[in-house]
Amino acid sequence: MKILIQQGRLINPASNTDEITDIYIDNQLVAAVGAPPESFNADLVIDAHDKVIIPGLVDTQCRVRQPGYTHKANINTETNAAAFNGITSLCIPPDSLPVTDNTAVVALIHHTNQKAGNRCHIYTIGALTKDLAGSHLSNMGTLKSAGCIALSNGLQPFANNMVQRRAMEYAAGQSIPVVIQPYDSALYANGCAHEGIIATRLGLPPIPEAAETAALAKDIELVAQTGAQTHFGQLSCARSVEMIRQAKKQGLPVSADVGIHHLLLTEHDIGYFDSNKSTIPPLRNEQDRQALIAGIRDGTIDCICTDHQPHNTDAKLQPFPSAEPGISGLDTMLPLLFKLASQGDLSLQQAIAATTINPARTFGLPAGEIAPGELADIVIVDDQCHYTCDAKNFLSAGKNTAFQGWDFTARAVSTFVAGKLIE
Amino acid sequence: MSGLNLQLNNAGRLKHFLTIEGLNRAILTEILDTAESFTSVTDRSIKKVPILRGKTVANLFFESSTRTRSTFELAAQRLSADILNLDIKTSATIKGETLLDTIHNLEAMQIDMFVIRHQDSGSAHFFAQHVHQGVSVLNAGDGQHAHPTQAMLDMFTIRRHKQEFDKLTVAIVGDIKHSRVARSQIHALNTLNTGQVRVIAPRTLMPDQAESLGVQVYDNLDEGLKDVDVVIMLRLQKERMTGALLPSEKEYYRQYGLTAERLKLAKPDAIVMHPGPANRGIEIESSVMDGHQSVILQQVTYGIAVRMAVMSMIASQPESAQ
Repeated sequence: MKILIQQGRLINPASNTDEITDIYIDNQLVAAVGAPPESFNADLVIDAHDKVIIPGLVDTQCRVRQPGYTHKANINTETNAAAFNGITSLCIPPDSLPVTDNTAVVALIHHTNQKAGNRCHIYTIGALTKDLAGSHLSNMGTLKSAGCIALSNGLQPFANNMVQRRAMEYAAGQSIPVVIQPYDSALYANGCAHEGIIATRLGLPPIPEAAETAALAKDIELVAQTGAQTHFGQLSCARSVEMIRQAKKQGLPVSADVGIHHLLLTEHDIGYFDSNKSTIPPLRNEQDRQALIAGIRDGTIDCICTDHQPHNTDAKLQPFPSAEPGISGLDTMLPLLFKLASQGDLSLQQAIAATTINPARTFGLPAGEIAPGELADIVIVDDQCHYTCDAKNFLSAGKNTAFQGWDFTARAVSTFVAGKLIE
Repeated sequence: MSGLNLQLNNAGRLKHFLTIEGLNRAILTEILDTAESFTSVTDRSIKKVPILRGKTVANLFFESSTRTRSTFELAAQRLSADILNLDIKTSATIKGETLLDTIHNLEAMQIDMFVIRHQDSGSAHFFAQHVHQGVSVLNAGDGQHAHPTQAMLDMFTIRRHKQEFDKLTVAIVGDIKHSRVARSQIHALNTLNTGQVRVIAPRTLMPDQAESLGVQVYDNLDEGLKDVDVVIMLRLQKERMTGALLPSEKEYYRQYGLTAERLKLAKPDAIVMHPGPANRGIEIESSVMDGHQSVILQQVTYGIAVRMAVMSMIASQPESAQ
């Protein structure tokens, strides 16, 4: 099918484009941008006047809860939510049940996605150790052959630093990136809120900054030691940003992302025990938020992710310390990116780069830009609408939003995945 | 969510009692004055008034307690309520029932007032958000967050002995970090315009940025005790030794135990308080606990009157105002 998207404002950070132009799609691929390709007869012409065109978003951390936790969500519901909200590529962590530590689980995930209509590209992140137990290396080469784009141990600890070193060393030899969320479980203890004035006032067990930074310091040293290409996920502290900045200056093969809620919320948003604001890592203070934003601006932090964690209602219907942490983020990602731009935290180019070309380059994915020969993952955005965020309208099975009642001014109106309009 | 005012009805009157925070001085003073009027009831030979006649109060304790639970029970009985005691630790939730289901099942038994103690900070707010209109929640201790009736009985004790708060210096000594009692006391003391509130603890038992609560922070007991009018000692939980928070009980007593010798640093007429249960020889010397400056047993007695006051203020709200 040949499609022409006419006169939209194309924002394509890979080519630093921000202009009104035409986009030509031929089957799965972008045929041309600007001037039409020879003898192009469109089967479908879409008028994108007053609309913004961006590459389909690439999410570096998104839990779809399948296999194993389908009482919370599943691949069908979550790829549907993602696609209709302009997110066309999902990187899913290995902490499903069973964990993604063998090719059968990888195949099952892709098969399920296919049955659901391939509304998103799914990329699996395999387990770094068997069963994520932290003691035996997974079959990393085999997982890579099966399609895993990276390996991670999620929030599960390694038995000791030697196992972590060996795992990173072996992964480096297999040329597969490692994803690490810096996490010192002893310093996390039973904490559930940032160690600061809010936790002090509410008597919430505190999570110190060092629960992230002490782990990150060690992790960076192991990168230096092993040469493993390492992506640090879901940073939350100002000091973490500075550590990544220094590591990059030293030429270490590191990259990083941040959950979008850490760019918009702080510990104060917990209010009086709002369990929808319970996250790991915790919402920190305004200084941290500012440092994370500065990190994206100067390129220290490469990507912004949803850190999507859909929950069943009961998981959040608990007093704050007992509620399961995590935010359902697919339905709010795109409007929040536009909000970051409209409130002046980031330029729209920066916000879109951090969610398209940067994650695609970090993991070598065929995504993230609109250019001839590329997969036609394209989103048409209405950035002049006005509505109030209401979880009742979410497509994700998880209604646990931290942005209930927020005013939004942008939404995806059409999404193309590999040239196919998602309907 | 109307979080801060969840405990007030539209007329600004007490509907639940969850935390001192967000209550103004007039309400706290009213609690103290009402408690004062009830002390005469508890001193009578027939210790009952009919304020809660026909009402059912459920004591829901997810954590064990002796004095809080029994003084709430006595308070309810003296107000002529029917009382139901539930030791939840050994019942429903162990069998897998969710907290919310437990509440709704009890509501189905037409309980009017829940007295709740639970190990999670924020649990009292959680209950108050989910009970039906017209049902009240009294926080008897939620995690490390609040224990407002304890704080009010402490305020009552202080007022009985010291009258005006604005001229007082009050020191709270011990495990501030994990103490719901300390948090509620600090809010109450500050709302009542106390001259100076000090907290004294080793750094491992002091919450981050404690001064943000409106207190002066001391590492050193001797410095902190200087010229204070009121010393409030907190209980030291034994498990603090195992979590690498403290070296030993002996060291703690040396550094932070209230001895008769140390008490001399305070004003000569200073009173000594403790929410109990006290560890003699760990946070407080026996002779201080039993000494003439100690008002620890009076606190327990006043606890009944203060809890009666809070229950009666909540019960006196017409349903329409809620």
